[in-house]
Amino acid sequence: MNKELEKTASALIERYSVELREFRGQTNLIVSAEDIIEVCQTLRDEFGFNFLEVETAVDYWPRQEPRFHVIYQLYSIEKHIRIGLRVPVSGVSPGLPTLVGLFANANWREREIWDMFGIRFEGHPNLRRILMPHDWQGHPLRKDYPLGYEEVQFTFNAEEIDRDKPYAEE
Amino acid sequence: MLDQSEFAFNELRHLVSERAIQGETMLLNMGPQHPSTHGVLRLLLEMDGEIVVNCFPDIGFLHTGIEKNMEAKSYEKAVVMTDRLDYLNNLGNNLVYCMAIEKLAELDVPVRAQAIRVILTELQRIGSHLVWLGTHTLDLAAISVFWYTFRERELILDINEMVSGQRMMTTYFRPGGLWRDVPIEFENAVREFIKIFPRRIEEYGDMLSENPIFIDRTKDVGILKAEDAIHWGVTGPILRATGVEHDLRKVDPYMGYEQYEFDVPTQTDGDTYARYLVRMEEMRQSLRIVQQALDKLPYGPVRSNNRKYVPPPRSELGISMEAVIHHFKLWTEGFDMPEGSVYAAAESPRGVLGVYLESDGGPKPYRVHWRTPSFDNLQVLPVLAKGHLMADLVALMGTTDFVLGDIDR
Repeated sequence: MNKELEKTASALIERYSVELREFRGQTNLIVSAEDIIEVCQTLRDEFGFNFLEVETAVDYWPRQEPRFHVIYQLYSIEKHIRIGLRVPVSGVSPGLPTLVGLFANANWREREIWDMFGIRFEGHPNLRRILMPHDWQGHPLRKDYPLGYEEVQFTFNAEEIDRDKPYAEE
Repeated sequence: MLDQSEFAFNELRHLVSERAIQGETMLLNMGPQHPSTHGVLRLLLEMDGEIVVNCFPDIGFLHTGIEKNMEAKSYEKAVVMTDRLDYLNNLGNNLVYCMAIEKLAELDVPVRAQAIRVILTELQRIGSHLVWLGTHTLDLAAISVFWYTFRERELILDINEMVSGQRMMTTYFRPGGLWRDVPIEFENAVREFIKIFPRRIEEYGDMLSENPIFIDRTKDVGILKAEDAIHWGVTGPILRATGVEHDLRKVDPYMGYEQYEFDVPTQTDGDTYARYLVRMEEMRQSLRIVQQALDKLPYGPVRSNNRKYVPPPRSELGISMEAVIHHFKLWTEGFDMPEGSVYAAAESPRGVLGVYLESDGGPKPYRVHWRTPSFDNLQVLPVLAKGHLMADLVALMGTTDFVLGDIDR
């Protein structure tokens, strides 16, 4: 691990309840939903991670609980190092505080996560669907959302087919 | 229940200023079918006369669900989907996806394959910048440049066709190397291009760099400051035109970029003209890299020999039972990847193109996320456009150089 990263990680472990994971030369921290804003703020202001490179989510249904992980990759333009953050988010009315105040480009990225995974970002100025039509039902990148190959529903069997679909319980 | 259109307006209501509700400013719809939006981008504009007060990009018209589709394909088959993202940088998309797989599987890439990857992606960068230059100046009503740039781009597409059989949707880079070695004519074709292209760049420059109309339309239009660019996650030539020298090829070299000598062009003005200068210089630097890579192109295999991930060559199938088994297994169910997640990034013509790849140990990617540069670069368009004329907005869309396939995925 890079010296700078080591320093950053140990400082964060001291201050917050974060868990360090290393894989293939990448440093990832598991952060809880309450701490995420503070952790990002500390990383940006104190350690120079001034660039939000990635914000996305992964759905682990039905294998894991909490169901979602929201993933951040912060980058330091000056030091050229990257740190990953993962925030587990429960599947019951999933929500996280927004990062728009810290990084402006989180705006569309969080709209995309809301659109694709249905995770709400509290305090977001404009949380609308971004890629799907505004009247779309469901969140396509969830694992209980089928890719296709579905039986065609007619009026006489619509309910029956709907009952057998593998929806996640919430 | 609300009418559909009314519902859409109510959603947007809090975005526009009070003056729009009063009827003082006008809401104007631009696109999705508009020639200067370079695809299917819709812009909702709030206009005060001819001045843009506010601008709301509306994207998603080209959404094809590539991220979801990739989850249903095996790793190698999913390479085909990557071509369709940024359709001016197909090989670059192939490259970054393969880099993610190689990082997760700890797969080696032979040096010859690395050098060919560098040559082709740099040519692609030139091709992409040529499309940008042609369409950008076309938007500014300089039609002749468009014909010249597309003439040169044709040579690059011919090289693509020569190596992969396809002009655009190449799928030429595969996990662990290349689909096959380049044909014998490849070297001559690239050398021919290197020979004629420097003169052609000078021609474009002669037409534009000191052209008073072009300077009028581009100088001091859409100024972006360095700290704003970083705050908005902007990358690529737009960031470098603000004075930040950030290029992943230099600061985090991949595919052996550290062996090549090249400069990272920067400008400090951050306006449309500065972005023009940066991209023009980038084409010259790319040509330098191609020249060096071609001069010391090593001989050897073009694909890894790791049979866990890479199918055996055709010639082995007749003599080796093991090869037949590998061939059958790899082409039917694909390879299993180690469990875990990686993030790989490369410098595309538009900026930092990254792939977040997660595997659950099976033969299909569990999650693929594309961090596409156009997505962030377009977000900054409203910031650039505020207070400019409607006609300048067209220039700004050209200089942002977004590709809708890259944004909507």
